[in-house]
Amino acid sequence: MEFIQSVIGYFPRLLAASPIVVQLALGAMALALVLGLLLALARISKIKALRVIALIYVEIMRGTPLLVQLVYIFFVLPAIGIDIDPVPAGILGLGLNYAAYLSEVFRSAILSVEAGQTEAALSLGYTPSKALWRIVLPQSFVVSLGPIGNYFIAMVKDTALTSVIAVTEILKTANVINAQTFETTAVYTAAALLYLLISLPLSRIVSALEKRARVHV
Amino acid sequence: MSSELIVSVRQVHKTFTVRRDPSWWQRLRGQKREVNIIEVLKGVDLDVHKGETVVILGSSGSGKSTLLRCLNKLETIDDGRILVNGHLVGYEERAGQLVDEKASVTAKKRTDLGMVFQQFNLFLNKTALGNVMAPLQDVKKMSREEARGIALENLQKVGLIDRKDNYPSKLSGGQKQRVAIARALAMNPSVMLFDEPTSALDPELVEEVLAVIKAIAAQGTTMVIVTHEMQFARDIADKIVVMDQGVIVEEGTPDQVFFNPKHAKTYALLKRSGLAVRPPGTLGEQIGEAGKL
Ligand SMILES: Nc1ncnc2c1ncn2[C@@H]1O[C@H](COP(=O)(O)OP(=O)(O)O)[C@@H](O)[C@H]1O
Ligand SMILES: [Mg+2]
Repeated sequence: MEFIQSVIGYFPRLLAASPIVVQLALGAMALALVLGLLLALARISKIKALRVIALIYVEIMRGTPLLVQLVYIFFVLPAIGIDIDPVPAGILGLGLNYAAYLSEVFRSAILSVEAGQTEAALSLGYTPSKALWRIVLPQSFVVSLGPIGNYFIAMVKDTALTSVIAVTEILKTANVINAQTFETTAVYTAAALLYLLISLPLSRIVSALEKRARVHV
Repeated sequence: MSSELIVSVRQVHKTFTVRRDPSWWQRLRGQKREVNIIEVLKGVDLDVHKGETVVILGSSGSGKSTLLRCLNKLETIDDGRILVNGHLVGYEERAGQLVDEKASVTAKKRTDLGMVFQQFNLFLNKTALGNVMAPLQDVKKMSREEARGIALENLQKVGLIDRKDNYPSKLSGGQKQRVAIARALAMNPSVMLFDEPTSALDPELVEEVLAVIKAIAAQGTTMVIVTHEMQFARDIADKIVVMDQGVIVEEGTPDQVFFNPKHAKTYALLKRSGLAVRPPGTLGEQIGEAGKL
């Protein structure tokens, strides 16, 4: 009983750190969506150099730990004169990393749209790029919604990694509180519960969105 | 026919290059990339005049779809010339050579040709009305209201006004194909191309689509139709051409082709569909199954 009370007691201070989590997740997701789409377009481009560059980027980002990438941006880049504050560094690291995964989502979604859709558009006088943007991409986006949502939830949880680059998000706040109170179990249980409280409704929202979007395709 | 020439195909040659890359371990063992060049069109000539309905017959693999797709440059050609309303589609000629033109120029020229596909290819994320409106707005830059007016008019023509708000997933095959016809027609092309428009349909849905195509032909629309529906071909065609292995082996009015086929291939096609009258070269008087025609 006393334990539950102290867990609940830690909630307000941890909750105060959640706006940073929202800021990190939304900022990084926006970056990942834009860059991911560009990478996907590069991967299916007719220009070989673009395909190769995009592939190398994706392989590097997926082949090294996100934690290492964050550390790299925050601690190594300053050595060559690029100094980035913790929150922007976190957004950059998460965004660049998730862009690689989202590019794969977009790429397979684009390829899953039947060639007949593009051919019909071309035969009606769409230019190839207009056919892509008006006909193919809207359909691919619908197919991508579910995976994008799942990556977003994963990203929310991965914001915890930014605690190592001095972002005062939930985990970092928990660390600070723990150092003061030594109530280790209660503090980290509260932190874990808070992540759960954020991600459970999110996954509900994602599956509802997915269901609605898929109705016609 | 002496009227205006809409499509002119001259000595068109088309090959497909099929490459098969060896896997990395096959390559290690010295295997080279396999390159096969298959000639699909071997010097095709065809004229389509204004108001004319040309039907292309031929067995599967004879090059009918490829020929149709070359007309609006969904496929490239290797040699020869295709003119639509007097213009090359997809190319410009420089020093006697065909050179690819800018994609935006090709796109504009493609609006002269309406195409109806075997698999309908309706935009899956748009309603029937949305399918017809989209190219009017996106390509012809019409306002929403104007596009809507023209789209409704064309859905009316194919008898689908009451289904205008249905998505393709909620339409039968026959209805989908009629929407596809309305979508192509709404762009007001000079010529409509149909590639086996009823081949993907359940038998009981074929008739409604053929009826719509006949009605459009009756309004004087210029059309090129690839079909296996012999009776329909005979009813609708001004000219029938028969293709075999990449060449046109026979060309004539329906009566000439059906009653007096000159090529064994034509006879074989007619025979297979139960419409054969008399083998090429014979002058038999018995007009066997003429009653059926
Ligand atoms: N994209 C392609 N790549 C390679 N071969 C093709 C391609 N499209 C068609 N072909 C070949 O060209 C020939 C003619 O095909 P097609 O024009 O589809 O015939 P039809 O429509 O008369 O059945 C066939 O042998 C087919 O296998
Ligand atoms: Mg075909």
